[in-house]
Amino acid sequence: MPETDNLRTEEGPSTEITRRRFILGVIAGGAVVGAASYRILAPGGRGRSFGGERLITLNVNGKPRRVEVMKQETLAWTLRYKLGLTGTKLGCDRAECGACTVLVDDVPHYSCSLLTNTVRGRKVTTIEGLAADDGTLHPVQQAVVEAQGFQCAFCMSGFVMATVGYLKAHPSPTRTELAHGISGNLCRCQDYMKILDAMMLGAEKMRRA
Amino acid sequence: MADTPQESAMKAEQEKPRPYGTGYRLIGHDYKTPDLIAKVTGRSKYAEDFRAEGMLFCRLVLSQMPHGRIRRIDASRALAMPGVKAVLTADDIPAQADFLNDNGQTIKANQWGERALTNEPMFFGAPILAVAAVDELTCAEAIEKIDIEMEPLPFVIDPLESLRPGGKNPHADGNVWTRGKSGEELTELKWTDADFAEYEQGRLPMGKPMGEWSYGDVEGGFRDAALVLDESFVTPDVSHQCLEPRTAMAYWQNGKLYLHTGTQSTYQTVPAIARWLNLRTDQVVLISEYTGGGFGSKVTGTVIMIIPAILSRKLNAPVMMRISREEEHYIGRARPSVLGRAKIGFAKDGRITAIDYYTVTNSGGYENNDNGASSAGIVSLLYQPPAMRWRGVSVMTNTPTRSAQSAPGGLQGITIIEPILAQAARKLGVDQVALRRVNSPEGKAEYGPPSHGQRTHVTSCFLKQALDLGAEQFQWKERLARPRRVGSKARGVGVALSCYVGGTIGFDGLIVITPEGRVRFHSGIGNLGTESVIDVHRAGAEVLGVPWEICDVVWGDTSKGMPYTCASGGSQTTHAMTRAAYAVATECKQKLKEVAAKSLGGSPEDYEVGNARVYRKGGGAGLSFAQAGQKAIALGGIYDGHEAPDDVHKATRAAVAAVAGQGLVVAARDKAPRDGNTFSYVASFAEVEVDLDTGKYYITDFLAYGDVGTVLHPHSLGGQMLGRSTLGIAHAIGQKWVYDPEYGAPVARRFYQNKPPTILDVPVNMQWAALNIPDPETPVGARGVGEPPVGGGCASILNALSDALGDDNFERAPVYADTILASYEAGRPLQHPLMASI
Repeated sequence: MPETDNLRTEEGPSTEITRRRFILGVIAGGAVVGAASYRILAPGGRGRSFGGERLITLNVNGKPRRVEVMKQETLAWTLRYKLGLTGTKLGCDRAECGACTVLVDDVPHYSCSLLTNTVRGRKVTTIEGLAADDGTLHPVQQAVVEAQGFQCAFCMSGFVMATVGYLKAHPSPTRTELAHGISGNLCRCQDYMKILDAMMLGAEKMRRA
Repeated sequence: MADTPQESAMKAEQEKPRPYGTGYRLIGHDYKTPDLIAKVTGRSKYAEDFRAEGMLFCRLVLSQMPHGRIRRIDASRALAMPGVKAVLTADDIPAQADFLNDNGQTIKANQWGERALTNEPMFFGAPILAVAAVDELTCAEAIEKIDIEMEPLPFVIDPLESLRPGGKNPHADGNVWTRGKSGEELTELKWTDADFAEYEQGRLPMGKPMGEWSYGDVEGGFRDAALVLDESFVTPDVSHQCLEPRTAMAYWQNGKLYLHTGTQSTYQTVPAIARWLNLRTDQVVLISEYTGGGFGSKVTGTVIMIIPAILSRKLNAPVMMRISREEEHYIGRARPSVLGRAKIGFAKDGRITAIDYYTVTNSGGYENNDNGASSAGIVSLLYQPPAMRWRGVSVMTNTPTRSAQSAPGGLQGITIIEPILAQAARKLGVDQVALRRVNSPEGKAEYGPPSHGQRTHVTSCFLKQALDLGAEQFQWKERLARPRRVGSKARGVGVALSCYVGGTIGFDGLIVITPEGRVRFHSGIGNLGTESVIDVHRAGAEVLGVPWEICDVVWGDTSKGMPYTCASGGSQTTHAMTRAAYAVATECKQKLKEVAAKSLGGSPEDYEVGNARVYRKGGGAGLSFAQAGQKAIALGGIYDGHEAPDDVHKATRAAVAAVAGQGLVVAARDKAPRDGNTFSYVASFAEVEVDLDTGKYYITDFLAYGDVGTVLHPHSLGGQMLGRSTLGIAHAIGQKWVYDPEYGAPVARRFYQNKPPTILDVPVNMQWAALNIPDPETPVGARGVGEPPVGGGCASILNALSDALGDDNFERAPVYADTILASYEAGRPLQHPLMASI
């Protein structure tokens, strides 16, 4: 299916995503399921087609990526399960923890709560896209390495992306300001001091870079 | 016999704090751990990041009743759907069987224990079936087509309600745990109306206990006391809430199970999986390179991770099971709440004369988790009462399965006792730090009840030094001198003692010196990010005298050969595995000398090891490590792993066989002596500012000062000291379960309803420090640190709050703004006194 900007003209009634499917796919609350459910495709793509998938082009980490997405598909889902960018983590899938934070046009977003269709034509950056092509780490990544920021690091991608986004807009924050800037992210190891140390060092490195 | 002046001087020198890294090249110095680049670039793979060809997915169906029995399951409509592969029920799960563990001990099957799926769910959220399909959306649609008929059964959420005369039982077999002939048994216990006489006054009823011990003259202690306080306090149920929801992906190859999952302990999880699946340990390969948090909820994984393994065997395809945040709330484990009551006698100077302590533990729907009992041992160590009695009961309720959570029992005991000490200091006019100091343990302090007429003791304790230096660094006296009230703001400072177990002994190490001259440490420790998985091997490299740059650590995959390793729980790893690393590196030096002697002549004693070489003393011939690795392969036998030493564990022998022929292969067991049991200690200090108009309060400063033995890796130690303090602080400021008692349904089941502290809940400049005094009873002197700071984190905040507000504002944790607002105005606590989940 060719890419188009106009979703409505492309969809016939047979592929219409029903509200029920949307709920199943994205929030699946329900008395029985009580859980989010995703259509994650295993290699070989033997998954059942639910219709409504459209081939679109995303700009991810500076590269055009062609990918088939459903209308209700979240960006976290597309990144993790279709583009293989598993550095973006899902800790809650409900905009509570920030583990899935990515940059969209340099602004941090919870990718679990952003529909993939809405980021076409915008610049998506994930943790995998921060380092230079030659492997040189981004200043914030380098600071994390030097300060041994984070413990289990399941929250790390989200924190690093939130920090990079915040620092682009606020290059010289105080410790308190930076804490506020990245307070939408949870670290369950509660390693906040080491995270703040690393991120303040990252800010300094970004200013010098 | 008294020490000579010379011995005393030496001892005093050994027991002085010193800068981190003193006397060492590697130990005590920061370094870049080998997992960091993968983590920071997003390349580190957690269980859910793996994919396998033809992988199927599964999803769970959880009970929507707090207690019930499955009458009928009709999955025919679901199984007829395209893409649906199988439905798994409790009938497909292997029966619980007695199991002979690695050490030859029989682990008895627990008939009330938790299984992966059940036909009698014991709590709202217990897994009852699983559906496998080509993708998760198909699973979800299939689940809607499954008809489940359930019979509701009586349930009970509040442990005290279950103990009332005529109170309901959570299970047909009873409501409390007792130690029977074959281990833990469930039995029925009801108290009398008279026992509940003080309930309405907020005093914990103390009916017939199921366990008790005592030592010393408790009544005499109260008789002689200048002040006797009798207070009840309730600690919250708190979910572990690991950021990574538990995930498992399984497939079978050549009769072996390959399981990708997150666990705290790599080596020790294999026997657990084997037990749950009735397999031999050599039939299980575990891959767990990165784990997104554990805190006690994944010590050896959890039983639900066998679900994809069973489905995979049934369907002959890989199966991935990931669960949602809400499901994690039900099956991700939690700390049991403890209802505590303590009567404590104090002398005029604040010295404790006696403690009479009673606990009621809410153990949840399956196995016994009597944190009240374990809290009593911690109380007896930390406050050194000359006489103490503990009594308690552990109650089953229809609430989710509990497990150890960082400092199980330690957090509760410290949180129950510390506010009473704070109150006593105020009543006696004794400084809070001075009162802690006079009661603090020291040296080879004794603790717990006598066993065979003798009480046991600890390896060492320098907590008084930590308390003194902490008070100095925190400027305790200066803070006391500052005004307490400015306008509507009240300030308070709090101090608390804290401790927890800090190490075990007797595990194995495994080193390979490769023909390329690399030194490879095989680590069976889990990678939770505390970095003990790597840090402990720095002790081995230190002993070998090699630069860290030529060392590699293999971890996270049991097919690569893992020596017998402790479980990463109970803060034992740093202590246990530095000992094992020390033992194997010492043995490695000996083996290098033997290889040199066999290759170059002379006897092993003629050689020494240094600069990645083994060479003749006084100069002359020698071998590089690369050459030694090559020679070892040529020598074979005990040198390249084709034979293993007799005294190592059988798991280590299997690991040696797995790496045989790869170089100089050295395995050894930690046999270093130890006098006493190992604990670590922390003195915690906090300041809070309370807005009396709104009840909102902020933690403005915090310091944790540790007596944790030799510091191995300052960055990771600091992360643990403050991270675990904050885990404790969470119990003071916000986290708890809330239940609807009418329907037995949980109300708080997501992050936002049961929120762990965020970066804004803690001061931006929390501080930590450690004495860095080596524990004299272990070769490197390092003790564990994961759990010791937790209780102090919570209690120091509570004590700071009562310093700001006065006593009688709260009698359970957490303390919310509305608690303060209502109670402060009324001048008495206005919470429901004896219920944790309201």
